[in-house]
Amino acid sequence: MIIRRFLRFPAVLALAGCTVISVCSAGFAQEGGGESLEKYREMINDPMANPAFLNVDRGEALWAEPRGAKNVSLESCDLGKGPGVLDGAYAELPRYFEDTKKVMDLEQRLLWCMEKIQGLDTKDVLKRKFGAPGVNSDMEDLVAFIANKSSGMKYVVPLSHPEERKAYDVGKELFFRRGSLLDFSCATCHSSDGTRIRLQELPNLTKPGPDAQASLGSWPTYRVSQSQTRTMQHRLYDCYRQMRMPPPEYGSDGLTALMLYLTKQAEGGTLNVPSIKR
Amino acid sequence: MSRRSSGNMKLAALSFALAGGALICASAVSVNAEDAARTPAITTAELDTYVKGMWPHVEPGWEGRLAQDETQALCSRVRNNPSAEDAEKITQREAATVKYPGDGNVLGDWREGEKIASSGKGGQFSDAPDTKHGGNCYACHQLAPDELAFGTIGPSLTGYGKQHGFSPEAARTAYAKLFNAQASVACSNMPRFGVHGFLTEQQLKDVNAFLFDRESPVNK
Repeated sequence: MIIRRFLRFPAVLALAGCTVISVCSAGFAQEGGGESLEKYREMINDPMANPAFLNVDRGEALWAEPRGAKNVSLESCDLGKGPGVLDGAYAELPRYFEDTKKVMDLEQRLLWCMEKIQGLDTKDVLKRKFGAPGVNSDMEDLVAFIANKSSGMKYVVPLSHPEERKAYDVGKELFFRRGSLLDFSCATCHSSDGTRIRLQELPNLTKPGPDAQASLGSWPTYRVSQSQTRTMQHRLYDCYRQMRMPPPEYGSDGLTALMLYLTKQAEGGTLNVPSIKR
Repeated sequence: MSRRSSGNMKLAALSFALAGGALICASAVSVNAEDAARTPAITTAELDTYVKGMWPHVEPGWEGRLAQDETQALCSRVRNNPSAEDAEKITQREAATVKYPGDGNVLGDWREGEKIASSGKGGQFSDAPDTKHGGNCYACHQLAPDELAFGTIGPSLTGYGKQHGFSPEAARTAYAKLFNAQASVACSNMPRFGVHGFLTEQQLKDVNAFLFDRESPVNK
């Protein structure tokens, strides 16, 4: 990909980054809805303007790289549509997998493939699960790459397997589960139409519709405020942080259930990922 | 209020019984009706296994945050739409927790209150343990008219003290609400700041002063 050539020139990266950040900040701080929305839409799909495409590139390389004790790549990993099939896979996750007899999301599935197919000790991968200055996250890179293979497609969430229906129900209970020091549940912020926290508009995620579609259709995303590409796993982790809960276990079944509940609300919505957010 | 890890069995039975009752009374509210129609019940015990899986290792002192008290559990089950009967039970239980200041004064320093209202820090795993807690009132409420970065999850509180005639009774009622919002509104979205000790007594007085002091920008 053309981007690889540019990776040799940090100045270009810095310029691209600065341009994105300045346009983003200008867009969010000053302009009204319409104009900044247009600029934003142009930016997300431009690999030269959206920093998340650096993650997509790294993810593409990781997918094909032989690793682990078995020294094989992830290319035979089955993400639900057959071994190695990437197009549309993200749009159908989380889903039930016959080989594990459980509902899995993308991150859980990738970790499982790393262990089973590559014989990879995932300790280091998990240590770097969330990117930070100077630290790349294999998981965020792979998710960005694989999600991008579903960009432009609609979410497909049939809940055809009883385990999927159960996971949906568990996810719903978790969504409404109030707790900790401020009595928050996801519903505290995400169960009304047209409300906002400070100046950040809040999607109503308790029902199918445009809020859920726009929200779930834009993760993973490059978060300008963090200078990192983030996945839905990270967004949930960040929500629980603000809910004054301890950090949730990455790749836990509860998070997958919650993700399935949210994804079901976004059913029929079109993905445009990786996107850019503040 | 104690975090009861030992009362889980009783809580499970109670929650299940209440959930059953709530389902029957739920027909008036669309969210609950939909729930009752299509959702097979996930028992509290079953949900707890998922919760344990989400938080298998917790820092000392944080275990309590995973447990739910009776009100949290019930409000969760009924999607914050309690029946009239349950609402009565909740407000009675919560009203009993309200502790007024020993010196009888429910008003503090509005300038400090404004700071508390503007801060969203404290209690997060990303905060240093000694971080001063903010009330983050602006997350949900409009307050001072010239502060435009306010949320709309809760009603506007601009002019609150003035609208209540700066009356001592209203100030006392507001203090109770700050201490425990569910003493007046069952399953309110508002945190129970005093119950969890999230804000100290002095902080609650200061926030109350931000609402009631004649000099506070809220009332200008």
